[in-house]
This record gives sequence, structure tokens and C-alpha cells, in this order.
Amino acid sequence: MAKIAEDVSAEPGSPGSPAGPASEVVGRSPREIFWSRFRRDRFAFVGIVFIACLIVMAIAAPWISREVTHHGPNQLFLFTMTDQYGLPKGPSKAFWFGADVAARDLFVRVMYGARTSLIVAFFATGLEMVVGVLLGVVAGFYRGKIDTLISRLMDVVLSLPVLLLALGLVSACGLQDTGCMWGLVKPGLLLVSYVIGLFSWPYIARIVRGQVLTLREREFVEAARAMGASNTRIMLREILPNIVAPIIVYTTLLIPSNILFEASLSFLGIGVPSSVPSWGHELSDASQIFDAAWWTMFFPGMFLLATTLAFNLVGDGLRDAFDPRAAAMSYRRSKRKAERRAGEQTKEAVSTA
Amino acid sequence: MLRYMIRRTLFMILVLIVISIFTFIVFVKLPTTDPAIRVAGKHPTAAQLRVIRHSLGLDRSVFYQYWGFAKGLIPWPGLFLNRQVYFSWYNRVAVHDEIFSRLPVTLALTVGGAIMWLLMGIPIGIISAIKPGTLIDRAAMIFALVGVSAPVFFLALVLLYLFHFTWHIAPSSGIPPGESVIGAVLKGDFVLPWISLAVTSAAFYSRMVRGNLMETMSEDYIRTARSKGLSERRVIYKHGLRSALTPVVTMFGMDVAFLLGGAVITESVFQLPGLGQYTIQALYSADFPAVMGVTVLGAFFIVIANLVVDILYAFLDPRVRYT
Repeated sequence: MAKIAEDVSAEPGSPGSPAGPASEVVGRSPREIFWSRFRRDRFAFVGIVFIACLIVMAIAAPWISREVTHHGPNQLFLFTMTDQYGLPKGPSKAFWFGADVAARDLFVRVMYGARTSLIVAFFATGLEMVVGVLLGVVAGFYRGKIDTLISRLMDVVLSLPVLLLALGLVSACGLQDTGCMWGLVKPGLLLVSYVIGLFSWPYIARIVRGQVLTLREREFVEAARAMGASNTRIMLREILPNIVAPIIVYTTLLIPSNILFEASLSFLGIGVPSSVPSWGHELSDASQIFDAAWWTMFFPGMFLLATTLAFNLVGDGLRDAFDPRAAAMSYRRSKRKAERRAGEQTKEAVSTA
Repeated sequence: MLRYMIRRTLFMILVLIVISIFTFIVFVKLPTTDPAIRVAGKHPTAAQLRVIRHSLGLDRSVFYQYWGFAKGLIPWPGLFLNRQVYFSWYNRVAVHDEIFSRLPVTLALTVGGAIMWLLMGIPIGIISAIKPGTLIDRAAMIFALVGVSAPVFFLALVLLYLFHFTWHIAPSSGIPPGESVIGAVLKGDFVLPWISLAVTSAAFYSRMVRGNLMETMSEDYIRTARSKGLSERRVIYKHGLRSALTPVVTMFGMDVAFLLGGAVITESVFQLPGLGQYTIQALYSADFPAVMGVTVLGAFFIVIANLVVDILYAFLDPRVRYT
């Protein structure tokens, strides 16, 4: 984790340095280096394309269901799409993914489920990022008692039986429409996002804290302080820009786990309200009849798997592109040695500093 | 060392207190339902409700209620999950008895799954670390990526569909009534649950072992070991693995502890009567004492695992100083 900071923070200084012997070499900005690495990553590219398609599908879901499939998300097709035993019928020309347990168009349900997954994931991840970065920076910057307090809080949150408490919170607040916390938290997508965010911010905060602890000792922070910059300014303008890379990487990697979290809660019947289409709900319904109707399990499950996989691919790609030493472990053997050597040099530089 | 352990134990107690307060708020204070109505059953009279409220201590102060609840968390015979507070609001069965009758199932599931993911994850990680870029490495890393991304419940359904309904190799889900846990393990009822529990963790572990081992193998002391003339095998397994596996120990302890509190999803897909399934049933019926019991027990496992892992870590990694 500390690796990223070393490399990223080492790079802003490098464009200025080629005043010496290597002056004919064109200096590349960290952003250019990042892009050239990221663009070469085919897996990450596939991931990005998939996510883009998914977002388009989620946004266009009402339009597609109205104009293309002509089936609404809650429309029942009891006569056309169930057989004489009441089981749903499989994929056909009009019903691309077949019908689900309640004889609704599974394709439309999956499309709307993407909305739920993405909204919850982005909202929960955003919440985690804000809380995690805030507490992480404060803890790492001020150290001392504040750090002890925040770090212990992180330890406590990380040793909670997360799934059980999340289930408890969602069901405690979601039992009645009045919600809980004196009506502040109402059942719905936001409740699930809050609960997910509540338990996962320490993952970000921990990483940020570690980065800030090393960054605050660096010369540029000292320089800023000598120029009379306030603590807030140093945190926001000097330190924060230097930890953007790890923040982006780890929030991207948190998105898939948040998507899975929502799906798990919904699968257990205690996630988003049952009226909201969700992949977790569809899979939970499918678990009763999947032996007779494989499509009810296959399509929502594959979409869930593909989505988490895509976000993981992008997250890995971002990490490799930001961090040369992680790329040193990648498949290109010839490059590996050179890059490792470069990595070791930065390591030495840091350890002597 | 002693001071370190005492400090860690004190912190552990603090964590448990915080968790108990949190659990109390979540399960007792947040729900808007009146427990007395749940305990009373159908059509209670006002007088009945008053009696029940009094017997549950609901008419007393919040602190009194919390103390009644917290007392049950002290691991002392007679006090631990005492029957006065911890009983089902539905059938008045003590949570204590329910938990201990279900613990063997969860234990069998967790231990088997843990052995399986270690046996899968660590060798895969080692092989792909010492042969980077080969076909084996690529296959292993694709497995790791898909495994990390795979939702447990989907994986479980796919396994059941293929191995039970299509190929008829594996038994169906659930433990037949009257069968003991050991009998079910021997009959193979746990194989599919173990696999679906193990894949995600195995994927995580193989990635972690691969990354750690590769980083370790470029350290100076590995070069020293090589230049001493040790065989490559000895260098990897004796010198490299030791430090590469230390973080795995931490993760393993935490993972097992998390699952001991109830492998909720796996148990509910495979209909295994363990702690997780009990919790889910209790949640559906808003039977909160049961949920609180399991939650706090789960937290207990995690905190203990944390302590054990920290102490073990100090032994495994000589750089850790116990202060």
C-alpha cells in the first residue's frame, strides 16, 4: 500500500529533473505514464466497455422496456409465460431471458436490477470514500490522540460481524414504513447504501491514514508549512492530491464488494424492499425453482458475476497502471526486470530519506 | 510480552463492550415494534401487556435494560446468554440451547471449508508465483479473478444445478432429519457447501500468496540463501514462504472467525441448520434476542481470533515488538 504513495508522489518531481544528462529524453507527466500503461491493459478495457454498456442499459431501461420489449418490469404474463404446472417458460423471441418465478419478463427485470445494483454501489461507495478519506487524512495528519481514537474506532468496526449487523439494521429500519432513527432513515435503496457504507469505510480510511503518515513527513509539506500554510490547506492542497491514485484504486475495488453486499442482503430477503427489482431478489426467487427453470438463476447470476468481474478488472488495471511495481509482477517478462530495478531504486530513495 | 497480552486483552474487552452497546441499540432501541406484543401472542389485553412489559424489564430505565442484556454476555456459566433475557419471543426456547445445538453444523461447515480453501489457495498461489507468465499462472489468475467476483449464492446454485440435478453426483441440499453432523460429513452432504464457501477465499488467498511470494523472492536474504548454494526448492519453501505466508495467517484467523458467527448465505442456500440459518429465521420473525445472541457470539469469535492472530503474528514475525 505504501508502494503507491512512493511512486505516485515521486513522480511529480520527475518532470523537473531532466535538466541533467538525459535532457533529450522527453519527460512524461504522471498522467501520461498512467494512460499509456492503462491503455495497454486489455482486461481493464473489456471491463470498462462492459460497465459502460451496463450503465447505458440501466439508464435506458424504461425506454427499452417500453419501445423494444413492450413489457413493463412489474407486468405479469401469467397466461402466456407459465405452463400448466405454473412454472415459468424459458427464453423466446419476445422474452429474451424467459420469465421469472412470478411470470414477469426476466430481461426487463434484469435491466432494472442493474439500476438497483449500480445506484446502491455508487452511493455506498461514495459514502465510504468521503468518510474514509476524511477520517483517514485527519488521523494520519494529526496523529496522537485523534489518531488513536480513529484507529481504535476502525478496529472496532472491522471486528463487527458485519453481515449479521447489517441484516439487523436493515430489518430493524425496514420493518415499517416509518423507518427508524426518528424517521430519518426510511426503508429503501438509501437505507441499504447507508448500512453498507457504515461498515466498509475503515478499508479506505486505513489505507489513506498510512499514506498520510508518510506523506506528512515529506519536504513539500515542510515547505508548505514554512510558507505559512494552514493545516487545512496542507491537508487539502498538498496531501490530498498525492493520495488520489490509491483512493481511486481502492474505491474502484470496493464497488464490486458493495454490489455483492447488496445482492447478498437482497438474496437473504432483507435488502432493498421486495418491490424493487434486484439481482439478489431474482436469484432468491430462482433458488426455489432453478432445477426446472435454469434461466431464472442463470441470467441474473451471470449479470452479477460479470459486473463484479468487470469492476475488479478495472480496479486491477488502475492499480497496475498507477503502481509500476505491481506492473512488475505482470506477465511481460522482459519488462519485469527493468521495472523491478526502477522500483527498488525508489524504495532505496525512500528508505534513505 | 505479558504486558502486550494484557493490553490486547483489555482492548478486546473494550471492543466487546462497544459491540454490545451497538448491538443493543440496533436490535432493542431501533425497531419500532413492541416486544411485549410479540411475546404476548394473539389479541393480548392491556393488563397482559403490562405484566409482560414488567417481566421483560421494558418499564425500567434504558441502563437497566442494557445491563440485563450485557450481563448475558459475560462468559460465565449461568450468566452467559441467561434464560431471563435470551429466549425466543415466539416459543420461549432459550437462545443458549438453540445456539449450542446448531453450533456443530456451522463448525463442520467452517472447518471443512477452511481446510478446502487453504488446500486450494496456497498451492495455486505458490505455483503461479514461481512460474510467472506461464499458462498455469494465467489460468490460476483467471480462476482467482473470477473466484473473487463470484457471488456465493450464485455459485452454490450453479453447483447444485450441475452436480445434483444434472449429473446426480452430489446429494441434494440439507441434512436429512435424524442424521448426525458427523454422519452427514461422512456421507458427503457438506461437499458442495464446502466448495461454494471455499472458492471466494481460495481465490483471495492465491492472489495474496502469489503477490507476497513474488515480492519476498526479490528480497536480499533470498539472494543470500541462493548464493549459499541451497536448492531452489529449499529457498522457496523454507525461506520464501515463511514471510509470504505470515499475512495469510492474519487473514485466515479473521475469515474463520467471521464464518463461525454463521455462514449465513451458504447455510441458507444449502438449508443447513446452523447458526446462520437460525439468525435468518429469527430476523424474518423479528425475534431479536436470538439475533442478538448470535451477533454477539459472532463478535466474540472475531475478537478472540484477532487476539490469537496478533499474538501468533508476534511469534511468526520477529520484527513485531510487543509494546
